Amino acid sequence: MVTITLSELQAGQAGTIVSIEGNDSVAARLMEMGLIPGELVQMVGQAPLGDPVEYEVVGYRLSLRRVEARRVRVERA
Amino acid sequence: MPTVALIGNPNTGKSSLFNALCGGQARVGNYPGVTVEHKTGRMQLGPPPLKIVELVDLPGTYSLSARSADEAVSVEVLSGEMPGLTRPDAVIVILDATNLERNLYLLSQVLELQLPTLVALNMWDRLGSEGIAIDPKMLSESLGVPVVCTSASKMIGIADLKLALSDLLSGAAKPLRSRESLACGAFPESFHRQVDELQRFLESQGCPLLRFQAERLLIDDPQAHSYRVIPRGLAAWVTQRVGQSRQELADQGVLIPLFETRARYAWIKQRVAGAIQRSPMDRKNSGSDQFDRWLTHRWFGLLFFILLMFLIFQSITWIASWPMDGINLACGWLADQVASMMAPGPLRSLLVDGVLGGIGSVLVFLPQIAILFFFIAVLEDCGYMSRAAFMMDKFMSVIGMSGKSFLPLMSSFACAIPGIMATRTIENRRDRMVTLLIAPLMSCSARWPVYVLMVSAFVPNRSYLSGWVGLQGAVLFGIMCVGALVSIPVAWLLKRFVFPGDPSTFIMELSSYKWPSLRVVIMRVWERVLSFIARAGSLIFITSVLVWAAAYFPGDHGPADKAQAELEAQESMNNPDTTKLESLREQVHRYNAQLISQSYLGRAGDWIEPIVRPLGWDGKIGIAVLASFPAREVIVATLGTIYSLGSDQDQHSQGLVDQLRAATGPDGKAVYSLATACSIMVFFALCAQCVSTLVTIRRETNSWRWPIFSFVYMTTLAYIGAWIAYSFMSRW
Repeated sequence: MVTITLSELQAGQAGTIVSIEGNDSVAARLMEMGLIPGELVQMVGQAPLGDPVEYEVVGYRLSLRRVEARRVRVERA
Repeated sequence: MPTVALIGNPNTGKSSLFNALCGGQARVGNYPGVTVEHKTGRMQLGPPPLKIVELVDLPGTYSLSARSADEAVSVEVLSGEMPGLTRPDAVIVILDATNLERNLYLLSQVLELQLPTLVALNMWDRLGSEGIAIDPKMLSESLGVPVVCTSASKMIGIADLKLALSDLLSGAAKPLRSRESLACGAFPESFHRQVDELQRFLESQGCPLLRFQAERLLIDDPQAHSYRVIPRGLAAWVTQRVGQSRQELADQGVLIPLFETRARYAWIKQRVAGAIQRSPMDRKNSGSDQFDRWLTHRWFGLLFFILLMFLIFQSITWIASWPMDGINLACGWLADQVASMMAPGPLRSLLVDGVLGGIGSVLVFLPQIAILFFFIAVLEDCGYMSRAAFMMDKFMSVIGMSGKSFLPLMSSFACAIPGIMATRTIENRRDRMVTLLIAPLMSCSARWPVYVLMVSAFVPNRSYLSGWVGLQGAVLFGIMCVGALVSIPVAWLLKRFVFPGDPSTFIMELSSYKWPSLRVVIMRVWERVLSFIARAGSLIFITSVLVWAAAYFPGDHGPADKAQAELEAQESMNNPDTTKLESLREQVHRYNAQLISQSYLGRAGDWIEPIVRPLGWDGKIGIAVLASFPAREVIVATLGTIYSLGSDQDQHSQGLVDQLRAATGPDGKAVYSLATACSIMVFFALCAQCVSTLVTIRRETNSWRWPIFSFVYMTTLAYIGAWIAYSFMSRW
């Protein structure tokens, strides 16, 4: 199984979350916001300056910086 | 009187619901020891006999994990540990129906606190357009709590909610919810055993905790606020014990904190199954997404953003100038009325210069604050604010801040006070503190009069590039940028040494666009305006009176008052003798100048002279700077008084400009030069000479520590900056 990070998804592409790196408060916050293994997440678009990125997860829109998105490993859907 | 808590995620319409329930009658304060706003109101439940309930509005949070002060306060209030507050008799959880799953995360935690709970399913009216259908009855059965559908901004479902709350409060005490029915029922057995042990031990040590709190100790970071409930003597033991438990759990394959979020979302999926239907609608074609594509577009999005900011700040200065002139006129008229009724003397001076001057200097900021908050409320309510932060984040991350700091800093170019108040939208405490501390460095409109006076007096009126670039304009622009440029290293240093911690994150919900509700917007502006008048007003007023006293006493005002009375008598004549009038005016100004140099403030000026000498200033400038402590623009009037031209000098008066140019020291050399002017401008660009700002910082941080810190660091910067400017320019 080849996994990539959430940051590598292009606009319109979706993936299934495999894991979140780390167990610090940022990881916990990401998970609370719905980024948990098994969920489908779609990249919606990026900010005009290329960062942060907008995603759709559990039915709402979430913005993450690329450095945070890199902690989420996904499998391309 | 029963107490009911209101809790929910940010952007769920919680403040609209609060206002709908309490009719805008809110009392706002701070929780003891933390900078979290404490808002309570009273609501009437049902027909007579009237039942009054106290409603406590808890901060908007996504979770009760106690990682932020907001979350910790919510847990403490709900568990009855907040000093001065009894444990609520019930809790209303407001959920955004269009984003049910993520909102249920908070509910799954609140249920474990075992309080009578009621769900307000808000934004009910928007489900149709989002292609979502929810069966509230089924949801209520599967969650085990009453569910009421509401649309708070349209006042829909409020009566039903009150009815349900009344039933909940008068109902018989319900048995505790069983662990199996809650999300924590899915936590691993080994975790529960560790929690049991911890809870038993703490209880034996006289520190009984709720089950939920004991669980949080094991799940959250040791730095988290959940440790606040542990008595100091036990803290070391608990930290060690928790570390050991976590290690044991990790060895058994229990992943902290993943197992919690996983169990909760699994519970949510199971509970909403069947109760919610999403029609397979292509979100790309929904109105909100169409909008979003343009508003966050690479070029158009940025262009629109810049245009919008430009329009907002133009209208703040343009629209506000009318009511500001009005307020100035009204205060002036009132001062004239008082002056015409009283003979010159200390009481009149106190009323006119101290009280009316003080109140006027506060009220004059009000239009700017109201207009800025109007725009902020509209942008927040329609959903654009989160996009603005989204677009500006990259830019702000260069200095270690996040996009959420952009608007407060931008607002501070108009006035730091609304800017500092706007930092409330930043949830991360460190980001908020840094933003709040650098906001006063942005070049606010009160610095303008000082710059204009200095530039028109001492910068040659030359132009370059065949008249397109004027030197005076270029210098004005440059001095406007000084503060913003200096704020970059300051922000970096503050982040690094004063508020160290993890780099800021930008995990933010982008709520969908909607039409702003006028009721909500007006309510928010009204709240801010009231709190500004009530609290900042009183302290600014006291300081103004103190500065007045320092400039008035001691000194024999008899001859000056007599001359003033003669002058007024002469002025009120139908046919005044112009030469006499002129000489009387001259006399009054001379007396005033003499009195101010004898006053405590004037003596402070003599004392301060050696300190300000390296900046190229003399004692008179020193006094003027001291006297402008309440507000920067006061320096123009004070310089006017000192240079015997009367205190109603304004910066365009050629008289003051000429006086400044002609002023000579005891050695016969000119006091002012281009270098001195630059030194004064740089000083004012960086100093914290604004009581209103300092008082606002005090109010927003709930401590005197930060205004004092601001004043000290900004004054130091201003002194060093002015010294550099003077040394550089006098050599050049």
